[in-house]
Amino acid sequence: MASEKEIIASRVAQELHDGDVVNLGIGLPTLVCNYLPSDVHITLQSENGILGMGELSKPGTEHKDRINSGNQFVNVLPGASFFDSCTSFGIIRGGHVDVTILGALQVDETGTLASHIVPGKMVPGMGGAMDLVVGAKKVIIATTHTAKGAPKLVKRVTLPPTAVNRVHLIVTELAVIEVTEKGFLLKEIAENTTIEEVKSLTDAELFVDDDLKIMKPFLV
Amino acid sequence: MKNKIISAEEAISFLRRGDTVMVGGFMSCGTPEILMDEIVKKGIKDLHVIANDSGVPGRGIGKLIGSKLVKKLTASHIGLNQETGAQMVAGELEVELVPQGSLAEKIRAGGAGLGGVLTPTGVGTEVENGKQKITLDQVEYLIEMPLKADVALLRGSIVDKGGNVYYNATTKNFNPMMATAAKIVIVAAEKIVEVGELDPNYVMTPGIFVDYIVGGEV
Repeated sequence: MASEKEIIASRVAQELHDGDVVNLGIGLPTLVCNYLPSDVHITLQSENGILGMGELSKPGTEHKDRINSGNQFVNVLPGASFFDSCTSFGIIRGGHVDVTILGALQVDETGTLASHIVPGKMVPGMGGAMDLVVGAKKVIIATTHTAKGAPKLVKRVTLPPTAVNRVHLIVTELAVIEVTEKGFLLKEIAENTTIEEVKSLTDAELFVDDDLKIMKPFLV
Repeated sequence: MKNKIISAEEAISFLRRGDTVMVGGFMSCGTPEILMDEIVKKGIKDLHVIANDSGVPGRGIGKLIGSKLVKKLTASHIGLNQETGAQMVAGELEVELVPQGSLAEKIRAGGAGLGGVLTPTGVGTEVENGKQKITLDQVEYLIEMPLKADVALLRGSIVDKGGNVYYNATTKNFNPMMATAAKIVIVAAEKIVEVGELDPNYVMTPGIFVDYIVGGEV
């Protein structure tokens, strides 16, 4: 059976279009590339200074000067480019990234994201996340629906915000939820759940779309 | 032409206790390791380091953190070096976190004679604390002030004897901006070539920014 992460990654992949410039956060978002349809070619941006990033370098083929933002050795594709951090964040902040896919600690019904700090516990720093969420044309959150049962989709974030009112879409193993002016709009639910269950695991009002669909991960 | 080539020991003699030092690199990729080693050897303390991150234990800026030579760190990310977090929690190290794109622009502004930069990044978050905000065309921006340093320690892949630098692949990151923003700029070179050997088209930092070159970077 597919894991929650695989379900989420494969569903997020359906949101990407041929030609998109995409920046993937560390962790679950990096799995998204495994599920792209064969006719969808995207350009991956890595904020340490790459457009046209390829796969992780195979053992023995690593180059010490060529890493991704997660400190892993990577390959680049024909047509790739390298640049400095000002150019990289000009691309990000300037609206030249079509989609960013990030994890989350909490997302609220106003599209505010908390992903970079748990005061007193986890203080890694925001890295490029604040710029990415502010600058990307579309912000997709790829996350499990709860953290061990505790809802991650909430009315108002209680953790320090990473960016305010910037999230467009949330994909979990249970649902696809759009952030609208009214709040969370349930667009799709997984086959093995119910509207009631999704509502009970969401700590905010959930509006059900008139055209509610069943999630179809693994289409390709 | 002034001879810019000096030893690592001579280079680090420009760095004093309590100085503000910019260090190039992203997770140690593009960080001058031989200059980090020399600072550790000399034990220069109470440094204010400005860099993207604090490397990993035993590599890049992680060497300075590990030897407890850093008093303050201005960076965007410290998550891959647990020692940094531990020293911060213990009150031994002050950490100022800055969004990565803002950090790059603050350094650029410092070197480019700008009074600051306006950015939407960080509005509504803890980053805006203590900063001025300005609204233009209905968009709110933070005013991020320029950053400068006493010394910048950089890593170049190919450096000519005049100081022109080529940075390979993802070693560029913060190096080109830092080259413009410090009183003394020192580049550790993987390879040093004669003036004229580096095609001007490939020069990423013009030699006028570079005061000293140290060979032997790996």
